[in-house]
Amino acid sequence: MSETDDIYAGSTETTDGKVFTVSGRDWDDIVEGLAGADGVEERVVVNMGPQHPSTHGVLRLILEIDGETVTEARCGIGYLHTGIEKNMEFRSWVQGTTFVTRMDYLSPFFNEATYCLGVERLLDIEDDVPEKANVMRVLLMELNRLSSHLVCIATGGMEIGALTVMTIGFRERELVLDLFELITGLRMNHAFIRPGGVAQDLPVGALDEIRAFIALMKKRLPEYAALCNANPIFKGRLEGVGHLDLAGCLALGMTGPVVRSTGYPWDLRKSEPYCGYEDYDFDVQTWDTSDSYGRFRVRLNEMWESLRIIEQAADRLAGLEGAPVMVADKKVAWPSQLSIGSDGMGNSLDHIRHIMGESMEGLIHHFKLVTEGFRVPPGQAYVPVESPRGELGAHVVSDGGTRPFRTHFRDPSFTNLQATSVMSEGGQVADVIVAIASIDPVMGGVDR
Amino acid sequence: MSDEDKTTGPDQVPVSTDPEVKIVGTRTGMFGAHGTGDTSGFGGLVAPIVYPGAAERPFGGWYDEVADALEPAFTAPWSVVVHRKEITFHVRREDLLAVMKLLRDDPKLRFELCTGVSGVHYPEDTGAELHAVYHLLSMTHNRRIRVEVSVPDSDPHLPSTIATYPTNDWHERETYDMFGLIFDGHPGLTRILMPDDWPGHPQRKDYPLGGIPVEYKGGTIPPPDERRSYH
Repeated sequence: MSETDDIYAGSTETTDGKVFTVSGRDWDDIVEGLAGADGVEERVVVNMGPQHPSTHGVLRLILEIDGETVTEARCGIGYLHTGIEKNMEFRSWVQGTTFVTRMDYLSPFFNEATYCLGVERLLDIEDDVPEKANVMRVLLMELNRLSSHLVCIATGGMEIGALTVMTIGFRERELVLDLFELITGLRMNHAFIRPGGVAQDLPVGALDEIRAFIALMKKRLPEYAALCNANPIFKGRLEGVGHLDLAGCLALGMTGPVVRSTGYPWDLRKSEPYCGYEDYDFDVQTWDTSDSYGRFRVRLNEMWESLRIIEQAADRLAGLEGAPVMVADKKVAWPSQLSIGSDGMGNSLDHIRHIMGESMEGLIHHFKLVTEGFRVPPGQAYVPVESPRGELGAHVVSDGGTRPFRTHFRDPSFTNLQATSVMSEGGQVADVIVAIASIDPVMGGVDR
Repeated sequence: MSDEDKTTGPDQVPVSTDPEVKIVGTRTGMFGAHGTGDTSGFGGLVAPIVYPGAAERPFGGWYDEVADALEPAFTAPWSVVVHRKEITFHVRREDLLAVMKLLRDDPKLRFELCTGVSGVHYPEDTGAELHAVYHLLSMTHNRRIRVEVSVPDSDPHLPSTIATYPTNDWHERETYDMFGLIFDGHPGLTRILMPDDWPGHPQRKDYPLGGIPVEYKGGTIPPPDERRSYH
């Protein structure tokens, strides 16, 4: 075979010797054709992604394979890097929530929560956040955990060919997104949790919708268990795949369902409660197999726990009608009284009437907060939350200005993705997909 | 008033010799507007930017236990800042590896999990412009601490901690990518988020945000870093 004019296997000289780029044709033919060439060893590096449907977004996998066995696996990331942390340094503290909500797009409320908790700690108003704001945060975060785990199970199922799991997973997730739309006005990118509380009160009828959702989910969650838990194909693909024990997890900084699948009940909602999680009755779910199947079962069980928390939060909200959802300090409380108008969500006409016609002070506060924003005392804070993927924390640094001096997000997807090599080397190519799906990385969070 | 007066004028800035006060830069005016934009009369106001200063013993609670257990690892001066119920150990780079190893292995410390490195660029902190901030968690004792190392911009080297905490592999690459901090001993310190041939380190304060003006219905909106601002 000629090495230069072959359209299927062009060759280039590199520091590692001659490299052939193969993009078609029968493998045996190519190997045979190259047999005469000097110093050719059969070392196959497969570039998977960044646009591969099985890699959870724009993740690039560089796999060195020997037959069907993966000998080395490396990740290439950064394809979704949008410079959110840099951009935040040019916007006010409240505008920051609009950015962070777009990072890990499957768990927007967790991004907002950890950022706002950090800002609140620097402002020293942690104890002033009203109870209703905390209950609403918990409600939204647990709904979000449900929707995120549903997507994880759905896409994970799709990648191994279990398409029904995908369709029913997205069916249920739509219901959660409908609730988000009802409460925050948006299905994604909410920017609803703000420093000092939440953007606005629960709309009329939201609690009824939430109760109806809980009742429906109690009927539908068992479907996942019935489809998957004892399904021999499902178990065959997941059991023993992506194994990582507790020591490995801690060395690699793994948190969330991955560490809980080793049997270690580590959950920040229990160990360092925030937003009043200590007042809710729920259990930390663990499994003892340290593999992909264990992670699936942990997520499934966590959805039941989330439902329990949502139920308790709904009960508490029923007793908090009309309570404030934002700190009383008018110099921090963002004037975000919104309402749905004929052209979508906008400033509430009542609020406009108040600031334009009734209250000079209200107008001044509105103007100052919207144009300049509030100042945050110099210092740094780190308040992590338990996101569906593990410990999500924002390192918030202020220099006393109206903008974040530096905000760094410790995203669990970013950290957990480092385990790809340990989880998949020595296994089959097909198991790489299962191992990565069990980590549940969201590239928006990885690359930020 | 000249620029020099702003930083040294005794009646404007309380120039302090007290080691507990850490001043990084000054802030002028009251409303963040600069130049002729500020018609409030407060434009001449100069205020120092004061970060929380070093704490004296006792630090309180378990902070002292951790500090006592950590003491043998220090060969160079170190200090502790306690702010908003969070404790920060400011460590010299030559001590970093010993401190990290002790933090992980000492039964009294047992910080099993390092949640990564975060870089911060303080251009006005002369001689220590680049900071590497490590957050550590002890699951055994349920404690959290922060370890901060600062290095000068002219010599941005510090040792890599991945022998102790392998999880810092990608975090150190990200901090290198974004700030140009060089972690000596890292097995493959390459860019991770930006393209391999990217010039500069985007998260540094001297790196511009970039952006182009946007035209819409006849109006032009300048890019975010050129808009009127009040920070």
